[in-house]
Amino acid sequence: MKKDITKAGKAQLARTQKPSLDFGSAWEYAPSPESTDHVKLQAQYGLFIGGKWKAPKSKKYFATISPSTEQKLAEVADAGAADVDDAVKAARSAYDTYWKKMPGKERAKYIFRIARALQEKAREFAIVETMDGGKPIKESRDLDVPLAAAHFFYHGGWADKLDLAFHGRKVRPLGVAGQIIPWNFPLLMAAWKIAPALAGGNTVVLKPAETTPLSSLMLAQIIEEAELPPGVVNIVTGAGQTGAALASHKDVNKVAFTGSTEIGKLIQRNLAGSGKKLTLELGGKAANIVFADASIDQAVEGIINGIYFNQGHVCCAGSRLLVEESVHDLVVKKLRDRLSTLRVGDPLDKNTDVGAINSREQWERINELVAAGEAEGGERYTAPCKLPSKGFFIAPTFFTGVSMSSRIAREEIFGPVLSIMTFRTAEEAIEKANNTMYGLSAGVWTDKGAKIFWMAQRLKAGVIWGNTFNKFDPSSPFGGYKESGFGREGGRQGLSAYVEVL
Amino acid sequence: MVKKATQDRAYITSIGTVAAGRVSVNKAYKMYVGGAFVRSESGRYFQVEASAIAGSADPEVVNIPLGSRKDGRDAVLVAKNAHEPWAARTAYNRGQILYRLAEVLESRRSELTSSLTRAGSTAAEALSEVSASIDRAVYYAGFCDKISSLVASHNPVSGPHFGFTMPESMGVVAIVAPEEPALLGLVSTILPVIASGNTAVVIASRRDPRTAVVFCECLATSDLPGGVVNVLTGDASEIAPHLAKHREVNAIDTWSADDALRTLLEREGSGSVKRVRSHDGRACAALRDEDGQGLGFIEKFLEFKTVWHPVGI
Amino acid sequence: MDRLETHEDLGFASDLLIFSRENRSLACGNLRRVTVLFYTPVPVDQVAIEERVAALAKRSLKKQAKVQGLKLAISMMDLTTLEGKDTAGKVTALCTKAMHPLDSDNSIGPCAAICVYPNFVRIAKRALEGSSVHVASVATAFPSGQSPLPIKLEDTRRAVEFGADEIDMVIDRGAMLSGDYQKVFDEIAATKEACGPAHLKVILETGELGSYDVVRRASEIAIAAGGDFIKTSTGKIQPAATPAVTLVMLEVIRDHFYRTGKKIGMKPAGGVRTAKQALHYLVIVKETLGDAWLTPDLFRFGASALLNDVLMQLEKERTGAYQASEDFSKD
Repeated sequence: MKKDITKAGKAQLARTQKPSLDFGSAWEYAPSPESTDHVKLQAQYGLFIGGKWKAPKSKKYFATISPSTEQKLAEVADAGAADVDDAVKAARSAYDTYWKKMPGKERAKYIFRIARALQEKAREFAIVETMDGGKPIKESRDLDVPLAAAHFFYHGGWADKLDLAFHGRKVRPLGVAGQIIPWNFPLLMAAWKIAPALAGGNTVVLKPAETTPLSSLMLAQIIEEAELPPGVVNIVTGAGQTGAALASHKDVNKVAFTGSTEIGKLIQRNLAGSGKKLTLELGGKAANIVFADASIDQAVEGIINGIYFNQGHVCCAGSRLLVEESVHDLVVKKLRDRLSTLRVGDPLDKNTDVGAINSREQWERINELVAAGEAEGGERYTAPCKLPSKGFFIAPTFFTGVSMSSRIAREEIFGPVLSIMTFRTAEEAIEKANNTMYGLSAGVWTDKGAKIFWMAQRLKAGVIWGNTFNKFDPSSPFGGYKESGFGREGGRQGLSAYVEVL
Repeated sequence: MVKKATQDRAYITSIGTVAAGRVSVNKAYKMYVGGAFVRSESGRYFQVEASAIAGSADPEVVNIPLGSRKDGRDAVLVAKNAHEPWAARTAYNRGQILYRLAEVLESRRSELTSSLTRAGSTAAEALSEVSASIDRAVYYAGFCDKISSLVASHNPVSGPHFGFTMPESMGVVAIVAPEEPALLGLVSTILPVIASGNTAVVIASRRDPRTAVVFCECLATSDLPGGVVNVLTGDASEIAPHLAKHREVNAIDTWSADDALRTLLEREGSGSVKRVRSHDGRACAALRDEDGQGLGFIEKFLEFKTVWHPVGI
Repeated sequence: MDRLETHEDLGFASDLLIFSRENRSLACGNLRRVTVLFYTPVPVDQVAIEERVAALAKRSLKKQAKVQGLKLAISMMDLTTLEGKDTAGKVTALCTKAMHPLDSDNSIGPCAAICVYPNFVRIAKRALEGSSVHVASVATAFPSGQSPLPIKLEDTRRAVEFGADEIDMVIDRGAMLSGDYQKVFDEIAATKEACGPAHLKVILETGELGSYDVVRRASEIAIAAGGDFIKTSTGKIQPAATPAVTLVMLEVIRDHFYRTGKKIGMKPAGGVRTAKQALHYLVIVKETLGDAWLTPDLFRFGASALLNDVLMQLEKERTGAYQASEDFSKD
């Protein structure tokens, strides 16, 4: 059978989309909201500095809202430069007084305590994470919170084995780590930052994102209950200004930032000449590459997981789908049907697959890029689902016929929007996959083992998922090539971000 | 500028006066880019004094190309093109080539030694630096196929997946070489970078660029593919900021720079999220010790790539 | 057999495929035109399949969604007894249960069918007279299928003669595993012919096939050869039905539907014992094939113990009290 692929136009696409399946209302799932009854949020949160809760010297507070209801959840302190300075001083004092003198095996037990407490309070954390950030409860319940606990467990075990991690070379802590984390995995990112820092013998000042501060503040409560020496972990809330004050504080020895490439560059620039150690985990525009010989149905699941997981608010999201041309129509057809089964809506509903966009600002940016995608000639398909009337929601969307030069193929959208392109040969797939300033992750789908390795060798990305996607583990180093940042988090390799090897 | 003529050196000191004996052939010092010896595209040069020693074929003053921004650009281009094939060679093959380099260095021991003495080292210092350089080349030659074993990992992830993390080279590394030691500094900074598959654009010591050029002649005769190591001569302060800004340079390794230049390079590097490593004078001096080599020198210019795959039937 | 045939307008080459000898495929496959292709089996990724069904197991079904799902499950049940010690009494009792699963509530049931050995088809037929409950008979030297084809076909014809509405045949797993796909195809096609008007369910006995890849290939062959349903297991081998193997088979059904518009039915059998499991299967069907398959015409459970657990859960939903197993008839 010879198929004239040059004729593959819209008409043919339409023909190949039939017959299609009907995911209608024959059997509806009733609403199944997770109860929020036993979650008690404070009306107002102060700053966690030196083991105590303090009102901000700035005297300013800001509201954090639920993006799915637009209701205010709590007020949190807006830390100013003086507050950040207090936090760094507390961290320095804790470092000098307790932490750097404490044997690794003792430090370890504190880290394990945090891990345990997170497991004990898992449900509460999952609910708050979902309320504050908009992500589906099933993700915060099954991924964010257990993985956060796992990161503490994993790194607790390193605290007394650091010398082994570097081939017998001695290591020493860096001192005070200033850490700035994003809003897409608030608790998990806090764990990724705090756990290795503490294991390495550093003290911490952490600034969560302004739209998702609550789980970090609850983590501070855990740290308080775990009786960590005062000042070993300090949590300051605020927006960009607070983060800037932290990163540029002269007594911070190490800066770790996860967020946009734009801000990452700015931080790197501002730290020039400071001698501070820096790790950056920035944006991405990952290629998810599907070969014709792949397990197509499983690849479709991988595509869905790659881009619609966490509303696409994932730096390593598989936002560029590269499909071998011979299976393009088939994959698109399957994707369309699969999109119909995605349940978008109340993040607290246990059956929700795609929750709320984290903020109005992000909602606007995604919509702007979707409009750009249409303007630039991409053909849009959006899942036919009803969106809640309140809150920030975007139905899962993909574009076909996307050119490599269009904005939706080049810019990080950070939303549930997939750009689909085709390739003909493995070489072409590599060329297109690497044709980006980013290099955080990539996916490869093929049943041929040799091809997986061939591709993995050539993809310029820090994480390659072969026949899977969006897998994370504390033992598995994560981080980017190129403008997706530098340094690794997780695994033995991630430890070097928090120690000086002598 | 001219100091004194030695007995058997033949050159014209002034019109009408010719020294006795054979007229020697003087060497033109050039930069090493893409496997070829080239002048600066700018046509500029600077002069380096030679301390007159017996047996030297050098004129007392030599003209060294004063590398320009465009020379830097050209070098980055060839280094970029050389990277993929160099990284794709087997680690064993890279090791063989570095070992070949050690052999060539050994065979040019006397030339390297005299080049160092002409730049001011005592004979004993020069001899010891050359020996150390050769030994260091052997050290890194034998390291190429050990790197992965030492830094890669199998990641025991919680699930039905096989995961591993392997090191890869970063790409093009710009090196602002130590002012001194001139030869050992080059060997100690270039070899750990290329051992893993990176290619390098190096700004040689301004103090002693001639030794760098002799070293390049060794590189050129050691089976090293053209473009893997490119050595520019001139002012780091002029060329390096452009390398730091160049989007195809993946990393910068700064050894000889004052605070202002170091800060500038770090700042410019941020534009493309470069991996910037800075060292001070103490670190340069430490290159003379046994501590001046090791896995740490290699590791700083590795990316780590993590691969996941399901395990199933 | 290395020549395989397929619809000309399949649209995708990696998918398959019909085995054809002379014009048999025309008889059973409804083909208009065929084109020769090289056969490339579609691989199945075990980890991803199992991940997907695990994710679907987390669907939370409450209140009316649960009640509706459980009632649907009952209507899809092939109440089964396939034992050497089966008797007329046992089969008759089972038929009564199939028609009236819960004496106290007529809105529940009836089941889709009862599934028996050929010897009990007449008895069942009589017991079920006037009801909508079908009689399914296993045939083709169930469960091993290790008899000559003429005997297996005779077994089938007899069962149909006795009144079976549906035939549950077994494939030759030995032929499947030794690569004699033609034999597997031919036997199914011949059995289909022997079925006459009766619907044919093709039991793959997935627990013996060793991998999802083989399950997938066997499903493709069964559908190509004319099976109306594909079914996981005899119930005599462990593992029997699993959510993952069911999903693999549903994906073949989906691909066949995409290609031809034809709907093939699915029957997990054996190992489905609890209401919770049944709902999980229904979720998998709903989210893989959609509304059209949420009917006994296209989805069945082969089970015996499942019914009482589903009834218990329905009563619990109705009364709000957890039930005792003693309250439900054990037939």
